[in-house]
Amino acid sequence: MRIPLSWLNDYVDVKDVPVAELRKRLDLAGLEVEKVDVIGHPGAELPWAPDKVLTAEVLSVRPHPDADRLVLAEVNYGGSEPEIVVTGAPSLYRRRGERDLHLKVAFAWKGAVLFDGHSEGWTKRKLKETKIRGVRSRAMVCSEKELGLAEEQTDIIYLPDDTPVGVPLVEVLGDYIFDFDIKGPFGHLQSVYGVAREVAALLDRPCSREPLEAVTRLGLHTTEQPDFIDLEIRAPDLCPRYTAAMIRRVNIGPSPLWMQMRLRRAGMRPINNIVDITNYVMLELGEPLHAFDYARLHGTQPERPAIIVRRAAAGETMTTLDETPRTFDGETLLITDGAGPVAVAGVMGGLHSEVAPETEDILLEAANFKFTNVRRTAQTLKLFTESAGRFGKRVDPELTLIAAARAAELMQSLAGGEVLPTVGDLYPGRPQPVTISYQPALADRLLGVTVSPQEQARILRALEFQVEAQGADWTVRVPSYRLDVRRAVDLVEEVARIWGYDRFPHTLISEPLPPLRENKSLLGEEQVRDLLVALGLDEVITYSLVDPQDEGRLTPPAAAPLTLPGQPVLLQNPLAPERAQMRRTLLPGLLRTAWANLRYLERVAIFELGRIYYAAGQPSVPEARTGVAEPRYLGALLTGPRQARWWQPQDRSALDYFDLKGIVESLLQSLGLLAETQWQRGDHPSFHSGRCAEVRLHGKRLGFIGELHPLVREAFALPEQPIVLLEWDLDLLLAAAGAVEPERRLKFISNFPPVREDLALVVDEDVPALDVQRAILKAGYPLVVGALLFDVYRGPQVPPGKKSLAFALSYQAPDKMLSSKNINSLRRRILKQVQKRFGATLRA
Amino acid sequence: MSPFDELEQVRADALDALTACTTLPALAAWEKQYLGRKGQLTRLTRAVGTLPKEERPTFGKRANAIKQELTAAHEARLAQVKQEALSKDLAQGAVDVTLPGRPVALGHLHLTTQTLRQLYAIFAQMGFEVYEAPDVELEAYNFDLLNIPAYHPARDMWDTFWVRDEPHSEARRLLRTHTSPGQIRAMRERAPQPLRVILPGKVYRYEQITTRSEHQFYQVEGLAVGRTITMTDLIGTMHQFAELFYGAGRKIRVRSSYFPFTEPSIEIDTDCILCGGKGCSVCKYTGWLEIAGAGMVHPVVLQNGGYDPAEWSGFAFGLGVERPAMMKYGVKDIRYFYGNDLRFLRQF
Ligand SMILES: [Zn+2]
Repeated sequence: MRIPLSWLNDYVDVKDVPVAELRKRLDLAGLEVEKVDVIGHPGAELPWAPDKVLTAEVLSVRPHPDADRLVLAEVNYGGSEPEIVVTGAPSLYRRRGERDLHLKVAFAWKGAVLFDGHSEGWTKRKLKETKIRGVRSRAMVCSEKELGLAEEQTDIIYLPDDTPVGVPLVEVLGDYIFDFDIKGPFGHLQSVYGVAREVAALLDRPCSREPLEAVTRLGLHTTEQPDFIDLEIRAPDLCPRYTAAMIRRVNIGPSPLWMQMRLRRAGMRPINNIVDITNYVMLELGEPLHAFDYARLHGTQPERPAIIVRRAAAGETMTTLDETPRTFDGETLLITDGAGPVAVAGVMGGLHSEVAPETEDILLEAANFKFTNVRRTAQTLKLFTESAGRFGKRVDPELTLIAAARAAELMQSLAGGEVLPTVGDLYPGRPQPVTISYQPALADRLLGVTVSPQEQARILRALEFQVEAQGADWTVRVPSYRLDVRRAVDLVEEVARIWGYDRFPHTLISEPLPPLRENKSLLGEEQVRDLLVALGLDEVITYSLVDPQDEGRLTPPAAAPLTLPGQPVLLQNPLAPERAQMRRTLLPGLLRTAWANLRYLERVAIFELGRIYYAAGQPSVPEARTGVAEPRYLGALLTGPRQARWWQPQDRSALDYFDLKGIVESLLQSLGLLAETQWQRGDHPSFHSGRCAEVRLHGKRLGFIGELHPLVREAFALPEQPIVLLEWDLDLLLAAAGAVEPERRLKFISNFPPVREDLALVVDEDVPALDVQRAILKAGYPLVVGALLFDVYRGPQVPPGKKSLAFALSYQAPDKMLSSKNINSLRRRILKQVQKRFGATLRA
Repeated sequence: MSPFDELEQVRADALDALTACTTLPALAAWEKQYLGRKGQLTRLTRAVGTLPKEERPTFGKRANAIKQELTAAHEARLAQVKQEALSKDLAQGAVDVTLPGRPVALGHLHLTTQTLRQLYAIFAQMGFEVYEAPDVELEAYNFDLLNIPAYHPARDMWDTFWVRDEPHSEARRLLRTHTSPGQIRAMRERAPQPLRVILPGKVYRYEQITTRSEHQFYQVEGLAVGRTITMTDLIGTMHQFAELFYGAGRKIRVRSSYFPFTEPSIEIDTDCILCGGKGCSVCKYTGWLEIAGAGMVHPVVLQNGGYDPAEWSGFAFGLGVERPAMMKYGVKDIRYFYGNDLRFLRQF
């Protein structure tokens, strides 16, 4: 909302307050000023030099002796002699030969910097002395474009007749436009007058009531049955008040410059005097108005037209002012006449009854509509007008008559209209006056500062609250326009913001700390992050919203489809089709991240730790249940060469399954879970069938790890190189880590060197190496402290269908050096076990 | 040759041979040949039995003397050879110390994680524990229970992603537009005990993605409920936060504002971390940067959370996560955060 300071000054005099100071006061009080546009003053895009850009009057216009399209204007700018100005301004050209004129204009001397009126956009130009067809030219009369007031070059600007001559133009037309960003549903702040009222309270100054008193000035009275119109409200729940004034025989034409200027500065485009007046009063008082061409309204009976406010019949249609045909549903509130809809209530008028150049009589509507319904209609029709915006923020129903009178008064003075003294006014939703029981002690309790009761009463009264301040329990009556104030705490806020937050001391909570509890789940999550980063992986955080087609891309054609938990959570209103679903798996996010990074980097090693989402059960508000499961998952991906290039030979082969497995083994080791996991061949459509493991923990599936299926790799447009990845259930992992944590005990640290020996075992091809290793450790427990698998051999030296697994064993006791006798016995035990379980034989 | 002569011959040979030994293996071989158990000197010494009895002590003495002499000579030569080898090694093994070291892959925490951890740590010092709430929320929790009824203009403050549900579903669902619904969840879980929590998490807004706005970002909400909690406590807590997060000596200022779930509501600014308050493009020449929206918990919200507003009061605040990091590191485009360009993430 844009408010020119010059307009604000009409109601509250702040001419002596520096603009920056005023802005700061408004900011702190909750009327956030987003920016201040400066016109003419220093700091403006085009400051008007006070000694070179002046007010002036054109005294006479003579033809140019040597140019057909130019004239010579005799201009009094306050100097000792009038200046002859060469101009081609159309309106002056038309008056050539006239004398004794007193046309007030904007005048610029040589040296003044102005915008070039004849070029596109904004080009600055310094006015220079020249000769135009033999006549000296050292000054000009200016257009709005040249002064930076309008985008289009039209005629020169004319100032009001009472403008003094020879004063700096900036004093007359200069301005500061405050652009407010007022958060919240505050109808009372959506107007110049509303802001003026706030400023008056903030600065403790009087605020003019002049714009509110046109009813009295015009001597208006209201009736439910005016003789010029039949009024009926059929939906009183949506239309608390409907006021209709009648202005006869108006002359449609342009509105005066000052009004046009104010409208433009407030961001509206002038149209004609009647429409401009309705807009002007809306900006001034915050009540949206609508002017109908009375002659175009139909009646239910022949003698007079009718206005019926009712809900639309579903499917009813009308063409709005913007020449768009609209179809309504049954909750849309319409203004109708005897023939059909003439306006969408509070949103936009109809094209048919619009004010036109030939309009004579005006029916002026000032109504109040239920704000939620106006908002709903605006949203449904996607029609966000100034009117709908204001109604949507709640408007005081008391304003209708005040604003109608104000507009009628202006139509009388600016459009020559005749205001009928009787105003139609139906007011079925007249609100009860609101009073609040208030204890000034509440302010102290909530604010932590002591604002004396006297000071609180002063502040509330300055904001037009009526305060009966007796003892500790007060009664406060809320002004009708403060629709946002309904509770005692609302009054506390008024006190706080006017008293000033800059006066508040800074304290810390004085109460004892509530009992603290450990957030195990978060600690676990952060521990996993730290471990993976230490293992050389980069953390990524991808979007929760994904392309629903990605789940399909994870399954190669003809493969059994991927099973993902629950049902997908889909959006009703996605931003884009590829962000239409909450992810059920982290894999696509990792694959896309890899794809994007492989354009620049040769090696990608990443992990993500985040929630997946799936529908599971029905939502329930009483049970606080969303019906969506959000377990935390862990995903990781490696691709690219194992080692970066270097100046000595490096291992440049591709990262593979065992690189990723090594990383997660370290992770599991740190969590105390390595020995708890079971590894087996995995069956997952997204993975290479021979290089995929399913990892299980305490009987539950933790997830999969393996190399990406080549067809899935293609589906994600990834380059032809091995990509290894995993996706595990982090909640399960952390729960298990939490469960084993209390069991973890220090293992002995021996001071005796271990005895090492290698043991090569021949087993069937399908015997898992891990099982053999675990069997060795178990058979040798606790004196076999290591069984490192260092070689897997298949070939001529072992029978077909067999493989040899070579383990480096470490034998160690906590308290002594093991003898060869001890070791022989341990070895025998181990060999017996592996022979029994796997048919393993010692390799010759 | 007599054994005596032989002895002298061995000595002379050995000393000769020793000077020809220039390597450690050669010296070891020499030692074996002359002084070893099967070496020449030992063999000769054993021959003592063939001498007449009276000559034996003289022979023995001489043999011993020679053994000592040879041993000493060997040691000296050994030390000499080692010294030579060492000098040679030191002279030849020099590397170009400016060559790059063997590369080690270093992992990085996401910038968002780093920022969140800073916030956790700061508020942990002030007694706030981390409380997590779901991303997919009930409309009632995201709006109604926070004093934002349907079609209320306050809902305009959040552009919402709605979950596709059955029509006329009793419990409509959405992607939380702020972390505030967690306030209700935390309060309902803890009432009527005093409470101090921060609520971190992803939030979602139906907003076109630009350099300044994302449809997914993080927030950290704070909530304290107690019997004596005041606005000055809130302001003091925010000041403490500003000093710990943005640096010691930070000033703050408080502006009145509007949020439906707090009353009174405020916004908190800190003096611009880039220009120190003089005015720059980042602070839009105001000298201040907005760091939090906050306020005293609205009585309706307290009530909905299970606390009697006549006895309890509380404050709540909401902090950005990406924006402070953007300001701090001069990141001009928020899309870097969840675009996951590793060249971005590895800088932090
Ligand atoms: Zn700055």
